[in-house]
Amino acid sequence: MKNLIKAIAFGLVTLVSVSAVAASGGAHLDKANNDLTDKESLKSGFKTYINYCLGCHQLQYQRYNRTFKDLGIEEADGIESYMFTGEKPGDHITNTMPTKEAAKWFGTAPPDLTLEARLRSPDWIYTYLRSFYMDSERPFGVNNKVFKDVGMPHVLQDLQGVSSIDEHGNVTPAMGGSLTTEEYDVVVRDLTNFLEYVGEPSKLERKSMGINVLIFLFIFFIVAYFLKKEYWKDVH
Amino acid sequence: MLANFMAWMDKRLPLTDAWNKHLAQYPAPKNFNFWYFFGSLAMLVLVNQILTGVWLTMSYEPSGDGAFASIEYIMRDVDYGWLLRYMHSTGASAFFVVVYLHMMRGLMYGSYQKPRELLWIFGMLIFLVLMAEAFMGYLLPWGNMSYWGAQVIISLFGTFPIIGDDLTLWIRGDYVISGATLNRFFALHVIAMPLVLVILVFLHILALHEVGSNNPEGIEVKKKKGSIPVEEQSKFTFHKQYTDKYDIVDAIPFHPYYSVKDIMGVAGFLIIFCWVMFFAPDGGGYFIEAPNFEPANGLKTPEHIVPVWYFGPFFTVLRIVPDPLLGTMAMFGAIIVLFLLPWFDRGVVKSVKYRSKLHLLNLIQFSISFIVLGVLGTMPATPTANMIGIVAAFGYFGFFVALWFYSKNEKCKPVPERISH
Repeated sequence: MKNLIKAIAFGLVTLVSVSAVAASGGAHLDKANNDLTDKESLKSGFKTYINYCLGCHQLQYQRYNRTFKDLGIEEADGIESYMFTGEKPGDHITNTMPTKEAAKWFGTAPPDLTLEARLRSPDWIYTYLRSFYMDSERPFGVNNKVFKDVGMPHVLQDLQGVSSIDEHGNVTPAMGGSLTTEEYDVVVRDLTNFLEYVGEPSKLERKSMGINVLIFLFIFFIVAYFLKKEYWKDVH
Repeated sequence: MLANFMAWMDKRLPLTDAWNKHLAQYPAPKNFNFWYFFGSLAMLVLVNQILTGVWLTMSYEPSGDGAFASIEYIMRDVDYGWLLRYMHSTGASAFFVVVYLHMMRGLMYGSYQKPRELLWIFGMLIFLVLMAEAFMGYLLPWGNMSYWGAQVIISLFGTFPIIGDDLTLWIRGDYVISGATLNRFFALHVIAMPLVLVILVFLHILALHEVGSNNPEGIEVKKKKGSIPVEEQSKFTFHKQYTDKYDIVDAIPFHPYYSVKDIMGVAGFLIIFCWVMFFAPDGGGYFIEAPNFEPANGLKTPEHIVPVWYFGPFFTVLRIVPDPLLGTMAMFGAIIVLFLLPWFDRGVVKSVKYRSKLHLLNLIQFSISFIVLGVLGTMPATPTANMIGIVAAFGYFGFFVALWFYSKNEKCKPVPERISH
């Protein structure tokens, strides 16, 4: 009997550890270390998104006013600083890029990014946006170490500059951008942070509710335990 | 007032009688252990699935164009929609955890043996319907893994000779998986399957209460009428349906003793359940798989198509056989042998506690094989994984074959007449 329980416990431990290895994936990714509670970082990421990404990538499931509310932006300020194409605050964050033509321009239509952080992970986004390098064979002159032969140009090139790679695979630091490497990492981290938020806007609410629910359940368990003990007195 | 009302009701419907027969005066063995929580927990999860399912249906749009967006609508715009959705998706995995442990309990203590064969069959039917229910539900978010997972499973039916192609066409309602498939899966998922499930659960419990609950000792608490002196019988009052035919020993009324105990079990279960649901609702990519965060796309295959974890063991059995038809048969075979378990086991001693060392080892190797098959089912197929899978599948099927051979003349320990503690 004891052996059986031990065997099952062992099996479960193996299961969990094997899963952990399987979940980590192949390519090495840098840690984004972004912080969803940092509203300033989220706002900065939102700004970067509107200015650099939205032209091609929609957030078609997320609304402007929900984003304002969660990020602590007054609606009037939001309309002025984040909405430039005449939408209403209740509208989804979309663009007007024609999908068919876009597919012709880039080889594939730029995907919606609402759920990108959940599809690929924040670390992936953080690493991807810092992994462009010069490659004259590609239509836009750049390639990416994380996403080989990606159809997307290096949109943040005027911020980061562009790095090159030699035949041994060594990367030289990016040159010619308006930001230092550290400043650029912050911009990308903020953008990653924003995309993680958009992937699941209720994430912080979920966790804070979770703590309250668990506190309640622990108390409930103790009460239930003593209730059971009291009733079972006449059995033993 | 209430007494009058109950009297009025009882004249028209056997309410009090049913309450007594199945709860307040149902003789449950006094020695249920940890493993006996999972039956009531399965009921709890079923209720959770039905309630959250009803509310999800209010905002879900069953169409190829609208399904994916409506899930995100639920996650963002519906009040507490994210909570409903996670309760439902985590509940699906929890259902299988609980049911697998419930089945393990049956295996350990011989709860499938005579006279509980039909009870076991009903349980297996529940398991089968549950798998169909979960499989169809997994298509509904219309994510890319939903799509390709369904593609793989439905194509299994295409391996059947002669009728294969027509059969898959009939299941899909189209030449590919499409909105038509989604709509019919929705209908089956929210109406047909739950209805069947609830009826089967009802029959499962009815059959259980007819034959009586087994227990970790595998010793019956219902003894031949007149065989037990009155002072040794259980001092509690039981329904006359049980006491007319039997002398009851070592049993206690289900309510209030096991109802309060099960409430404790519920609290413990909910702590783990809510822990996962609130802090890791995608279960590390095993409850909600990452490719499901992009919409179904018939032109873009996910890197590894693997079903959700709870199908893992059966998927591995399918995958290790090179021939598709034989593989499909092996997979269905893995479920059929479970159905036939009461007849594979020719022994009379129920609990592993009093059975031979060989049986204990067989049970351990079966559990390990099952878990290994499950783990492999969530990983990409490699030659090494296939080798391990073949060994584990031998362990899985071997359990039944070995059981059939040794159980006839098994050397068991003497089983006491009574539950001692």
